[in-house]
Amino acid sequence: MNSDLTTFAGPAIDWFAVSPLIALLAGALLLLLVGSLTPQWPRGWYGIASVITASVAIVFLILLWRDVTNSGPKLLVGGALALDHFALLASIAICSSVLLVSLVTSDYLARENSDLPEIYSLYLTTAIGGLVMVAANDLVVLFLGLETLSLSLYLLAASNRKRTESQEAGLKYFILGGFASAFFLYGVALTYGATGSTRLVDINVVLNAYISVPRNDTLLLVGIGLMLVGFAFKVSLVPFHAWTPDVYQGAPTPVTAFIASSGKIAALVALVRVFITAFPSRADDWGPVVFVLSALTLVVGSVVAIVQVDVKRMLAYSSVSHAGFILVGLEAASHRSSADAGDGLIAIAVYVVLYAALVVGTFSIVTLVVRDSSDDGTTLDAFKGLAKRRPQLALAMTVLLLAQAGVPMTSGFVAKFAVIQAAVAVGSYKLAVIAMICAVIAAFVYLRIMVSMWISDTTTSDSTISDATTSETVEVPVFTGAAITIAVAITLVIGFFPSLLLDLTTNLTQLASK
Amino acid sequence: MISLTLVPTATWYLVLAAVLFGIGTFGVLVRRNPLVMFMCIELMLNAVNLSFVTLARQLKDVNGQTIVFFVMVVAAAEVVVGLGIVVAIMRNRSSVTADDLAELKG
Repeated sequence: MNSDLTTFAGPAIDWFAVSPLIALLAGALLLLLVGSLTPQWPRGWYGIASVITASVAIVFLILLWRDVTNSGPKLLVGGALALDHFALLASIAICSSVLLVSLVTSDYLARENSDLPEIYSLYLTTAIGGLVMVAANDLVVLFLGLETLSLSLYLLAASNRKRTESQEAGLKYFILGGFASAFFLYGVALTYGATGSTRLVDINVVLNAYISVPRNDTLLLVGIGLMLVGFAFKVSLVPFHAWTPDVYQGAPTPVTAFIASSGKIAALVALVRVFITAFPSRADDWGPVVFVLSALTLVVGSVVAIVQVDVKRMLAYSSVSHAGFILVGLEAASHRSSADAGDGLIAIAVYVVLYAALVVGTFSIVTLVVRDSSDDGTTLDAFKGLAKRRPQLALAMTVLLLAQAGVPMTSGFVAKFAVIQAAVAVGSYKLAVIAMICAVIAAFVYLRIMVSMWISDTTTSDSTISDATTSETVEVPVFTGAAITIAVAITLVIGFFPSLLLDLTTNLTQLASK
Repeated sequence: MISLTLVPTATWYLVLAAVLFGIGTFGVLVRRNPLVMFMCIELMLNAVNLSFVTLARQLKDVNGQTIVFFVMVVAAAEVVVGLGIVVAIMRNRSSVTADDLAELKG
């Protein structure tokens, strides 16, 4: 009996390399356990606990970054997880968005009089799922990470129990998300059948080792297609984006910020890793599909955003078009046949990090200005005359919107430039041109919000009353103010000194393979 | 006398799994009751499980069969979350069909 136990040998685990996950898990469990056993904590302390946990995880990630720089990327836990700069950069982006969103949520919940620990626990479990996804080297591990992330996000979307819109958003997100997960999993099953493995690296080895027989190839291509459909739902690519505006509008605004940043980053980075690591030998097959998805997403995302009247729906469509930009990078990476995907991969990583800061900052301001609970909903009218009432806030929003539009001297320009440069470098001019045209169309949307803030006259007869009420309620609480300041600072600093970020990306294209 | 011996092959099971998956997909798209939609998603996941087991058998590889257990756990967790959301909605209103949930559109 004893000898049986001793002969069992699990995979060697490098505990330090998984320390960010352990930190987040410990934080989530402690917060939930201690939070439910003790009486109500003083205002804001739950949020601070979440911020501390996220900061600890970020510190571990930075230490790991140094390790990878020194000793190169490697696989962990018997090849289930990859440790490389690509995963670490995305992980840092996810943990930072937890940090910023926790700050904003703290004030938001205080305003709604429902400061409870579970929301923060769910943020942390979402981040665990996200960190697993961006590092997953095994399709099943990726699926588990995806579900950890998604199940937490469904609950977060439905977390406001007083508002039916929030629950409706949660249910819609749940049904479409579960639907997408099933497609993804079926794709995994068929890929497994065609290649005999679920490890990304092994799949690539198998596919390169022999010219596969036709039957296997059908199975494999259907599998890749189904996985792409599953991912497309998760990152809301057109034509699988139908849930996005509804969920973004219905969910509590800080949660919307979190879905738009963490949820999207994790799914996009996982998508890129799967296709670049496992299927580079089939790039001729999936490259054109990614091209079409990318072009559709860009065009629909930026055009439909123009006709929206609700700020949150407008920003939802703008986030759809951002996903299209990131896919331009993937399309560029598909032109390289080897695992070294070059500029495309760097462009994607840079875009993802900068996008996280932008989107969290923008939605933080929306949280302050637009009330979920107000009767007129979250229409653009709330922004009318913001420049007169709160000049600093209007200025911060303007900077973030200009960055989203990709104006030079902001981080958005660095991100968009990197992506388009990568596309041009491999000769996909059509997509580069579509991307640039859509950037201009999307700029119109951001301009509408800016015009409403700076130019619109608030002294029209019927809006005077609502103006009087809003002008006293747009306060900038300390935590939210800090989050907005950090987001704007990142936007401007990277905009003026892009090399601060770009210098970090030199080893980024070396994905872990052994 | 005709002796009809049909030995089910792996293809049968794969086709059955595909058909079940198709029924599940169709159900999610056409049914309006969230509970039935959950059941259809479960059907899709179990169709995938059947494929995994069949393919694992075909490849003589045990990994495909262990994956099924992970999928079952995930499916159970999904039901918990989904039913939780439905119960929360039921407290606010008397009935739930997907058509009633139409406050969000633009």
